[in-house]
Amino acid sequence: MYYAKEVLSQSGELRKKWEDEVRRVVSKVPDQKERWSTVSDLEIKRLYTPEDIKGMDFERDIGYPGQFPYLRGNQATGYRGRYWTFRMFSGMGSAEDTNKRWHMLLREGQTGLSTAFDFPTLMGYDTDSPKARGECGKCGVAIDTLEDFLMLVDGIPLDQVTTSMTINPPASVLWAMYCAAAEIKGIPLNKIGGTIQNDMLKEFIAQKTFMCPPEPSVKIVSDTVEFGTKYVPKWNTISISGYHIREAGSTAVQELAFTLRDGMEYVEDAINRKGLNVDEFAPRFSFFFNSHIDFFEEICKMRAARRIWAKVMRDRYKARDPRSWWMRFHTQTAGCSLTAQQPYNNVVRTAIEALAAVLGGTQSLHTNSLDEVLCLPSDQAVQIALRTQQIIAEETGAASTIDPLAGSYFVEALTNEMEEAAWDYIQKIDEMGGMVAAIEKGYPQLEIADAAYKFQRQIDANEKIMIGINKYVSGEDTPIPLLEIDDRVELEQMERLNAVRRKRDNKAVKKSLEDIKNACKKGENVMPYCIDAVKNLASVQEVCDIYREVYGEYRDPGLY
Amino acid sequence: MTERKIRIMVAKPGLDGHDRGARVLARCFRDAGFEVIYTGCHQTPAQIAASAMQEDVDVVGLSCLSGAHRYLFPQVVQLLREKGADDITVIGGGIIPEQDFQKLYDAGIKAIFTPGSTLDSIVDWVKKNIKPVE
Repeated sequence: MYYAKEVLSQSGELRKKWEDEVRRVVSKVPDQKERWSTVSDLEIKRLYTPEDIKGMDFERDIGYPGQFPYLRGNQATGYRGRYWTFRMFSGMGSAEDTNKRWHMLLREGQTGLSTAFDFPTLMGYDTDSPKARGECGKCGVAIDTLEDFLMLVDGIPLDQVTTSMTINPPASVLWAMYCAAAEIKGIPLNKIGGTIQNDMLKEFIAQKTFMCPPEPSVKIVSDTVEFGTKYVPKWNTISISGYHIREAGSTAVQELAFTLRDGMEYVEDAINRKGLNVDEFAPRFSFFFNSHIDFFEEICKMRAARRIWAKVMRDRYKARDPRSWWMRFHTQTAGCSLTAQQPYNNVVRTAIEALAAVLGGTQSLHTNSLDEVLCLPSDQAVQIALRTQQIIAEETGAASTIDPLAGSYFVEALTNEMEEAAWDYIQKIDEMGGMVAAIEKGYPQLEIADAAYKFQRQIDANEKIMIGINKYVSGEDTPIPLLEIDDRVELEQMERLNAVRRKRDNKAVKKSLEDIKNACKKGENVMPYCIDAVKNLASVQEVCDIYREVYGEYRDPGLY
Repeated sequence: MTERKIRIMVAKPGLDGHDRGARVLARCFRDAGFEVIYTGCHQTPAQIAASAMQEDVDVVGLSCLSGAHRYLFPQVVQLLREKGADDITVIGGGIIPEQDFQKLYDAGIKAIFTPGSTLDSIVDWVKKNIKPVE
C-alpha cells in the first residue's frame, strides 16, 4: 500500500536471501510441524511482508478511527475517553441471590450489568412446568413474574447502570418486565439503557434455545426493534451474536460470516415488515463476539467485522447516518477454550483472550472465570476474572493508543483474508434466499458441525494442542472450590410463584393474555400488550404459551 | 447367535441447548460403525425412555451441561426400569462435577465422560461393555 516500488523490489532481493537462509536452517533444524494454522485451521505463513498487503489503500481500507470503513474503531478517541464496559455475565439461583452478586460486582468496579437466566426462563417455561424440573436456578437466575424481576433489580439505579439481558425467545417478555420495573421506579423509558440479546437466528444455528419457528420468531424480534425505536431510544434492541456460533464449534470465519448475515436479515425484516427507515433503527443494533485463544485471528476477526458491516450498511442498505455504519460489540472470552483439567490455567487463557478483544476494539467485555468449565463461578473466581480486565485497562498500556496493530503486514493480511472468506459465505447464503432459508436447509448448522468434528479429531490426533488435555497432562489436579446451587432453590421458587398466582387479579391476567393473542393474530406489535400483561403479574410461560399457540413450536431437527 | 452393529441413542435431556458434544459424539459413533439415533435437544426423560425402547437401542448416551443431570439422568434409568427395559445401558456426559459421580453410579448410570475425554476412549468403552446379539 504505502510502499514505493523500489521498497518492494528491494524487499524482493532481501526476500530471496532470506528464503535461502530458511532453506539452509530448515535442512539442519527442521520445523516442528509441517503446517502452521490458526485454531480455526486457517493456514499461516512463516513471514508476512509488504508484498502481502501491496494492494491495500490506506484511506480506502484502513483509514482513521471514527471514519469509514471503521476498521480502526468507532470512536475517534479510542479508549482514552472511557474504557470498554466491564460487564460480567452473571445470574444464579434466585433473584435475591443474583441481586447480591450484582451489588458485589458493582462495588468491585464493574461498570455494567449482564444477566444470565436459567433454562426454564430462557425457554419460556415457569419453574413448576414439568419440562423445567431440575433446572431452576442452575445456570442462571430464575424469573417467573415481575415480582422476581423487581427483586433482581432491587437497589440498582436503572437510569445510571446499563443492563444486558441474555434472553431470546421470551425477550419481549423480559424486556417488558424491565420497562415495567423502570416505570414503577418512576424512570421514563427514554432514560433506561441496556441490551436484550434477542437474536433468534443464531438460536436455530447454534444456541438452541428456540420456541417458535424462524419466521414468526423474526417477527417478534422486529416488534421489539420497532418498539425500541419509538419509545426506548437508548436501548440496544438486539445483540447479534457470534459467541454461541463459535462455542458450538464454528471457525472464526464462520462466526464472522453467519453473525453478519444474521444482522442483515434483521435489517431487511425491520425495513420490509415494519416500514422503518434504516437510519431510525440501525444505530441501536449491537453485536456480540467470541474471543478465542488464537490471538491474532481474533483481533483480525473483530477488525474485519467492523469493516464489513460499514460497507454493508452504507452500500447495501444505503444508510446515511454514520452511526448506522458502526458495528458496536460486546465480547466474551471463549468458554470452549477452557479446560476442567488444571483449571488455574484458565486464568491465563482468559487474560490472553481478553487482551485480544481489547486490541480488537471491543466496547464491552466479559471475562470467564476459571471455574466456569465446572459450575457457575464462585465469588472469588469472578473477582479474578474482573481484575483481569482491570489489569489490562490500567496496567498494561494496551488501551493507550488506538488499534495498535494496524499496519502490521500479518494483521492486515489476515484481516483481509478473513473478510474475503466471510463475503464468500455471505454470498452463498444470499443465493440460498437469505438466512431463514439457509437455516431451513440446515446449511449453517452442518457447516458448524463439520468444523466442530474436525477440531475434536485434531485434538485427539494431537494436531491441535490443549494444555492439560493432550499435552503436559498431570495426574492430580488442584481441587478448586465449586459453587453449588441448592435444590431447595427450586422448591422456594415454586412457592413464590404460587403465592403470586393466588394474590394477583386473575381476570386481569386473562384479559391481558387475550390481548397478546389478538395482537399476534393481527400481526400487531406485541410489546405494549406484554408490558400490560407483566404488570398484571402474568408469568413468562403464560405469555410464551400464547406465542406457542399462535405461531406453533419449533422442534430441533437434530442435525449432526 | 451372531453379533450385530451396536445401536446407540445420543440424547439431550432437559432444556439445555449445549449440543456440541452430543453432535460430535453422534458423528463419531457413526464413523465407528454404530447405528446412531440422535434425539436433538429438549427431550424429557419420558420421551427419551420411550424412544430408546421403540428404537430398540443397546445404549443411551445422555448429555447435559446445564447442571440438571442430578435430576434428569436417574429419571431416565428409572423410567427404563419401570418399563422393563433395564437391559438398555445408560451412560452420560457433560459438565458433571466429580462429587456427583457416585450418586449417578448408584442411580444406575454405568459410565460418565467429562470434558477432556477423547472420542476413542468413549468408543472403546462402548465396544468393550456392549455386546449386542441377535
